[in-house]
Amino acid sequence: MTLLYAFVGAGVVGCGLYMILSRNLVRMLLGFSLLATGANLLLFLAGRVGSQQPPIIVEGEQRLGDAADPLIQALILTAIVIGFALTVVMATLVLRAWRQSGSIRAEDANAAEAMGAPPKKPGNTA
Amino acid sequence: MTDALLLVAPVVIPFIGAAIAMLARKQATLAAATGLVASLLLAIASALLFARAMTSISTPLTLLGNWPQGIGLSLSATLPGVALVMVTALVALAAAIYAPVDIGPRRRRAGYDPMMLAMIGAVNGAFLTDDLFNLYVWFELALLCAIGLLTLDRRPAQIHGAIRYAAFAMLGATFILLGIGMIYGITATLNIHEAAAALARTPPNVASATAAALLFGGFALKAGLAPFHLWLPASYHVAPASVTAVFAGLLTKMGFYALLLIFAGLFGTASESPSAAQMAPLFGIIAAATMLVCVAGALAQTDMRRLLAYHVIAQVGYMMAGLAIATREGVAAAIFYMIHSIIVQSNLFLGAGLIRRASGSWDLTRTGGMVRHDPLFAALFAVPVLSLAGIPPLSGFWAKMIVIRESLDAGMAWIGGVALIAGLLTIVSMATFWSDACWKETPGQRIRRVPGTGLAAMALLSAATVLIGLFPQGLWTLAQQSAYMLEIGR
Repeated sequence: MTLLYAFVGAGVVGCGLYMILSRNLVRMLLGFSLLATGANLLLFLAGRVGSQQPPIIVEGEQRLGDAADPLIQALILTAIVIGFALTVVMATLVLRAWRQSGSIRAEDANAAEAMGAPPKKPGNTA
Repeated sequence: MTDALLLVAPVVIPFIGAAIAMLARKQATLAAATGLVASLLLAIASALLFARAMTSISTPLTLLGNWPQGIGLSLSATLPGVALVMVTALVALAAAIYAPVDIGPRRRRAGYDPMMLAMIGAVNGAFLTDDLFNLYVWFELALLCAIGLLTLDRRPAQIHGAIRYAAFAMLGATFILLGIGMIYGITATLNIHEAAAALARTPPNVASATAAALLFGGFALKAGLAPFHLWLPASYHVAPASVTAVFAGLLTKMGFYALLLIFAGLFGTASESPSAAQMAPLFGIIAAATMLVCVAGALAQTDMRRLLAYHVIAQVGYMMAGLAIATREGVAAAIFYMIHSIIVQSNLFLGAGLIRRASGSWDLTRTGGMVRHDPLFAALFAVPVLSLAGIPPLSGFWAKMIVIRESLDAGMAWIGGVALIAGLLTIVSMATFWSDACWKETPGQRIRRVPGTGLAAMALLSAATVLIGLFPQGLWTLAQQSAYMLEIGR
């Protein structure tokens, strides 16, 4: 079960990384979304997939019995929120780039590289 | 209770300031005042926290929400964190004083003040936290604010730079998250000191090696170490000078601080840990590559911001050399270098902003004449320039000398040699930079007056550089204590 779970997580992360390498900015955006999901799956695995009991102390007891790891669930919730926020910000940037230049190709998004780049040959300040 | 308040103050003061500035951003003067007052309060609070941490025998520690230790988040006032918080406050104050030079009402309405304050708060949070996951959260928060600050004017260059920056930083952050997850899987704790103790008990295995690789990749990307440095010169130069100055001072150093925390603290590479022998050679190669490649990159640039951006990462290479030496003194050298570098890099970008303001161009081929028109500026600007080049008696000389001395002591003379070559190239680059910007006369050029607030901000940082240069012993003792604290935990 754990091994299968690990392979699924690795597969999702692999797909995400492949899409991030794309020159299409929208694919890159989806890749980041997928990568965050894959990372959350693997984070879940780090807390061990075992008991399915919710981590609630039974009434009258002092200690938590056999239960799923509550800490890792809290971490994943936080990671989901952060991942979502960053994906939205990235989407805003891609949308803005598309509105300005009408292109979602990464090669066209190089105004920053061109700004202040050293001249190609003497006297030519391109 | 006072301890708890003092400990959260460096995080909470900027956040409260950010909230007020967010509501008041339509009134530019009110937002500007909030930024300045919050930075001043932060400077006072961080000095008090530093004094408290230095005078008490036990480390001030606070557990948020009174959870038991190891489950709840804890902030602790240890070295080097408290010293870095103080330096952060200094840079924040200088940036707030400088801000009127290039942050007008339009940029304030776009949210300069709230985002800058929130970023400072996030940086302080990362310096004070004891918790690995919390460290990751502070990095993400700083990233979100940084994206906002990069795109203040929404020009195409800024959007494109921000896409580069965000893409690399998000990739790094995901690796960091995966690495932290693996550390939790191995040690069942997220507290750095408890995890370090647990890791020291177990021999290195595939899981801890993978975790180390993921964390190293992620934080090296944030710190801008070669070969993960290309995003930095492609994005930093699109922001206004007061923003770039804070980025250059704090963000890469925050990444390097995390590297120190993870490798000197968690994996114990500076002591006799089994994992140290495996990692040190790799660190050395990366440090040498960063120093040489980035200085060479700087030599090719004519745009002031791009030139300085390359120097930012070249300097991280020297710090990495300190970590690569893998002794406690090496780590202390890295900490000394880090504090020197934060102050100098911020000052250089502030100076470049003033040169642009006076001469109308970022391009070194079109600048000049600052010595004749404004000798005070030229003198103030010479301090960070000479310090970065490593000319005695300024802070950069001691920082470089200590790194090289420790590399010789540890029998890694080749790192010292590479540092010397890179240092020589830095002198060449800085000498041309200063003479092009200040000494050279460009015919037919009109030079405008430099604003007084800009000079005041530079004077503050230059004074700190001179002070470190004249009394390096105090900072060196502090750095040695910091290296010890990183290694033993608390």
